[in-house]
Amino acid sequence: MDIIFLLIPIAIILASCAVWAFFWSVNNGQYDDLDSPAHSILYDDDEALIPDDAKVKKPSPKDKDD
Amino acid sequence: MTDNHSSKNCYHCGLPIPPGSNFTTIINDEPRDMCCPGCLAVAETIVNSGLDTYYKHRTESAGSPEIRSKELPEQLLQELTLYNEPNIQKDFVITKDNLSEASLVIEGITCAACVWLLEHHIQGIPGVEKAHVNLTNHRARITWDKTVTPLSTLLSEIYRIGYQAHPYHPDKEEQLLEQEQKRATRRLGIAGIGMMQTMMIAVALYGGDIQGIENRYVTFMRWASLVIASPVIFYAARPFFLAAWRDLKTKHLTMDVPVSLAIGGAYLASVWATITNSGEVYFDSVTMFTFFLLIGRFLEMKARHRTGRAGNSLLNLLPASALKIVGNDEQLIPVKDLTVGDYVIIRPGHTIPADGIITAGNSSVDESALTGEYLPIRKQIDDKVVGGTINVENPITIKIIQTGNETQLSAIVRLLERAQEEKPHVAKVADKVASYFVTAVLLTAIIVGFSWWLVEPSQAFWITLSVLVVTCPCALSLATPTALTAATGTLRQNGLLITRGHVLESLATATHIVFDKTGTLTQGNLSLQQIVPLTDLSESECIKIAAAIEKHSEHPIAKAFHEKSAELNASNIHNEVGQGLEGSIGNQRYRIGKPDFSSQICSQPQPPLPEISGQWLLLCNENSALAWFRLNDQVRREAQQTIKHLQQLGLTCEMLTGDNSSAVEEVATFLGINNTVSGVSPEQKLSHVKNLQENGAQVVMVGDGINDIPVLAGAQTSIAMGGATDLAKTNADGVLISHDLLRLVDGILLARKTKRIIKQNLFWSLFYNLMALPLAAFGFIAPYMAALGMSASSLVVVSNAMRLNRLKKRKLGPIKHQSETLKTNP
Repeated sequence: MDIIFLLIPIAIILASCAVWAFFWSVNNGQYDDLDSPAHSILYDDDEALIPDDAKVKKPSPKDKDD
Repeated sequence: MTDNHSSKNCYHCGLPIPPGSNFTTIINDEPRDMCCPGCLAVAETIVNSGLDTYYKHRTESAGSPEIRSKELPEQLLQELTLYNEPNIQKDFVITKDNLSEASLVIEGITCAACVWLLEHHIQGIPGVEKAHVNLTNHRARITWDKTVTPLSTLLSEIYRIGYQAHPYHPDKEEQLLEQEQKRATRRLGIAGIGMMQTMMIAVALYGGDIQGIENRYVTFMRWASLVIASPVIFYAARPFFLAAWRDLKTKHLTMDVPVSLAIGGAYLASVWATITNSGEVYFDSVTMFTFFLLIGRFLEMKARHRTGRAGNSLLNLLPASALKIVGNDEQLIPVKDLTVGDYVIIRPGHTIPADGIITAGNSSVDESALTGEYLPIRKQIDDKVVGGTINVENPITIKIIQTGNETQLSAIVRLLERAQEEKPHVAKVADKVASYFVTAVLLTAIIVGFSWWLVEPSQAFWITLSVLVVTCPCALSLATPTALTAATGTLRQNGLLITRGHVLESLATATHIVFDKTGTLTQGNLSLQQIVPLTDLSESECIKIAAAIEKHSEHPIAKAFHEKSAELNASNIHNEVGQGLEGSIGNQRYRIGKPDFSSQICSQPQPPLPEISGQWLLLCNENSALAWFRLNDQVRREAQQTIKHLQQLGLTCEMLTGDNSSAVEEVATFLGINNTVSGVSPEQKLSHVKNLQENGAQVVMVGDGINDIPVLAGAQTSIAMGGATDLAKTNADGVLISHDLLRLVDGILLARKTKRIIKQNLFWSLFYNLMALPLAAFGFIAPYMAALGMSASSLVVVSNAMRLNRLKKRKLGPIKHQSETLKTNP
């Protein structure tokens, strides 16, 4: 159990590193816009990347003929 | 009064499509109708640059584009090229190596899809390296290569997709908002990290209590908790202590006092316990409590900032450039270089850059931004004109008499600041409860401490402390914020944005609702209401002729015709100030305008005015009078139902307007408003509302223009329309983003429900505290029991507040339904 005398201080040091990194990112303006990143993932133009057979779209008339 | 033709709305901006217009484009494989050439041009640009997914993802309609024609006007392009000059750019552009970075403020952003559209469109311009648009504060940072594309091209491209870009000059207030937001985020982060760490150690300590643990480990872990919790108390919880100290000084107890008492007391006790190695530590409870409260504060602050683009609003009203007379030359210079005594030419349709006196020419000036009056006012030589207003008819030359802070616009802002200081405080339920509660807790603690000191001095300190901790008003202080946060979120989703904490409470207790007329109850611009042909020419042919002539004028009356399709071409246009227009189509001369002016050119006498009152224009050719046109400021479609609902809810509706034409009476009768005050200045508006408030009324003011700003600031609660000027929006307590007045009814209903829920919450938390208090006072409560009780009571309170999310629809269901039936049976 004596190991906690080492581990807890290490945890505190790591936490203060996290705090430092957090402060740095706030001051750097990374938390200025909390609204749009949540949406932006939905707008990616990935239409072209989806394989044809995986598309969940209404089949075009041409597909029906096949 | 309202026409029923507008069954279809513009696909782009959501406004009704005027009859007889035909602007269609293909979007996402389907033909879509637009209301005007401006929307059409914007939509086509969006589709042509392959960004039509915008229409799939957007959650709000786009704003109506500023430019209502297909091509950007020459004057705007010229003005934009001014921004290419290095000495103007130095304020908002940083150049490093080959790349420059510009900071802009973009107007017209309504939802996250706008951000996506802007970023992708700008990134598609050659030379642009990076474009980032911030949804919260509508600011854009563009990195691009100046040598490839000038800044003016970037700006005009932004105009082309229906937004307006202005250079961003941060002013003091805006910098303060930014600092506040950063500070709050940092506090929240510290509290969050601290909470997690102490919680981890607390689990070990609780486990040790049950299983048994060596004392040296306990001591060590307590010291570790102390180290972690200290920054949370001294940095993250600081705002509570400062607010409590301020409250104590002003002898006005709010929730901050018991909160700081609980945080401070529990922390100090834990420190004492750690140092003396006795008693119990509460570091975990303290940090968790701080973190939860900070989340509530943070959400409230974010709602407040949402409209907070305070600084640049004044700037946006004033033009960027002015035509200065230097010797015999005209020179386009930036407005900030103007000085008193300069002579400036203002062309029709341009904004007047600063206060001045007319030295040549006569014209009429659109002062709607200042006074709300939508018809222009005649101005002659030696008349004073105000910066920010728009010259309508003829070119004029003015001598500048005031610039910058001394202009009349700034004077209104000063009036606003004074009104804000005198704003009456709304008594908050929670604060009232808090002040009784604090007194009660302090008294009990003193009595308990004293009694134990008499009976058993060694126990006195710890028992008194446990009384303080057990009665820690965790649930009590969560009772209000959680309910308010839930209700605010629900309203925002439904188009009513609440920016100040007190709004929900004061909406619930409101007794009077005061509306501005122009732009609030009405659309705020003239539209064609009725056509009475006098010869066998059909209505549509008369409109075509009128539209062809009116196309050449920027007068608000003429603008009512602009959206009509203009197939004919008129020439030889002559503008008679304050009278009307004359022009030829083919070989025929026509006049349109005031009846006596128009009838002068034809041989026949002036026909009698139609019986319905309103603003009538007469169209004549050289032979006879052709048609009467009635123009009016159209009442918003939902206004009548809104007033009915509000009156049903027991509120007194009033109309307060700067207008004193016959239209006021007409609108009031139509809407069923009994109390009307017309023809009043901004100062008189303010004093009227103050009068009401002094007589005990709880006033909600709804308005939109610059002239409403002082009264918005002075009213207990103020709501600005979504289309209002930015300055009005930032100074209002709430904004109707959806432009739908019925949301006001929803708001009041939900506010009343919120008040009920807050009362229930306060009851539950007080109930818990009263139960726990005697137990603690007799020393029966172990810390883990206190923690359990605290969490349970907090959970009850929070889940009760969540009902404001869930039940809202059912609650408002019948009313929405009712309003729809009203719509179909006028």
